[in-house]
Amino acid sequence: MISTRCAACKYLRKRCDTDCIFSPYFPSNDPLKFACVHKIFGASNVGKMLKQLPVHHRAEAANSLCFEAQSRIQDPVYGCTGIISLLQQQIYNAQKQLAIARAEIALNAHQAHLQGGSQFQQIEASSSFNNVAAEPLHVDQSFFDPPWLF
Amino acid sequence: MVGNSPCASCKLLRRRCARDCIFAPYFPSDDPHKFAIVHKVFGASNVSKMLQELPIQHRPDAVSSLVYEANARVRDPVYGCVGAISYLQNQVSHLQTQLAVVQAEILCIQMQHEPDLPTHHIDPADEKTLLLHSNLNNLPQYLNFASSSNVIQDPLKRESLWT
Repeated sequence: MISTRCAACKYLRKRCDTDCIFSPYFPSNDPLKFACVHKIFGASNVGKMLKQLPVHHRAEAANSLCFEAQSRIQDPVYGCTGIISLLQQQIYNAQKQLAIARAEIALNAHQAHLQGGSQFQQIEASSSFNNVAAEPLHVDQSFFDPPWLF
Repeated sequence: MVGNSPCASCKLLRRRCARDCIFAPYFPSDDPHKFAIVHKVFGASNVSKMLQELPIQHRPDAVSSLVYEANARVRDPVYGCVGAISYLQNQVSHLQTQLAVVQAEILCIQMQHEPDLPTHHIDPADEKTLLLHSNLNNLPQYLNFASSSNVIQDPLKRESLWT
């Protein structure tokens, strides 16, 4: 007899009903997926969270829970927040590089202006520079800023 | 137990707060919400196991990150803090594109100068650029998770998620 239990019911050693909350999102061919979320969140909590969501959101929720659980297993101290901190740092570094590069453009433009008016006019005609310089990137980093990580 | 009062965890769980209670140092009784939200998302038993598996010096940070993730999950029940990760990755990509454009602009400007003038060599193998690229390449792709507005927008709502 071929077992048709989902990965969750196999793991929990229970009968997999037709209305099992886990079965659409934890297929039997991927036992690790449920094992991860069960280890971190617990089957009961995962079931509750999924039941509270509209059906069309449950797949994404199960996947994001799995991702969070895997991150927590890989990094038991920081989990996903370690990734957030890393990305924040990357944004900070990129913004710094961007500021340096824009300052270099401004310096080049100034030097060209000092050397001769015609050269500066050429630089001013470069439309991409103006568009790039005028486009600020607003990142509300304070929302994510864990004061104890930096 | 800190002093004579049970910690927030034992109050919520309605049990005696032992002297060696694993939760007591991190869930004081004056902040019941902190444990409540962690318990709601992860469960007290799972949190206890996670803390027991960590060296003591790492436990405060672990608790803070669990509180953060729990808050994010309550705010955004579909994506939790994974939505924030997607959002930040998009920001990094956007910045990377802007940087590439600006660096190309620098090269154009330098080429417009007279050939005998010294030019700054922008080394594509610049260490910082490599770091940005390599770190992006090492991170798994989260971009298939949509950014949830519940977690990231409303910048005026500067509620700290780290307490």
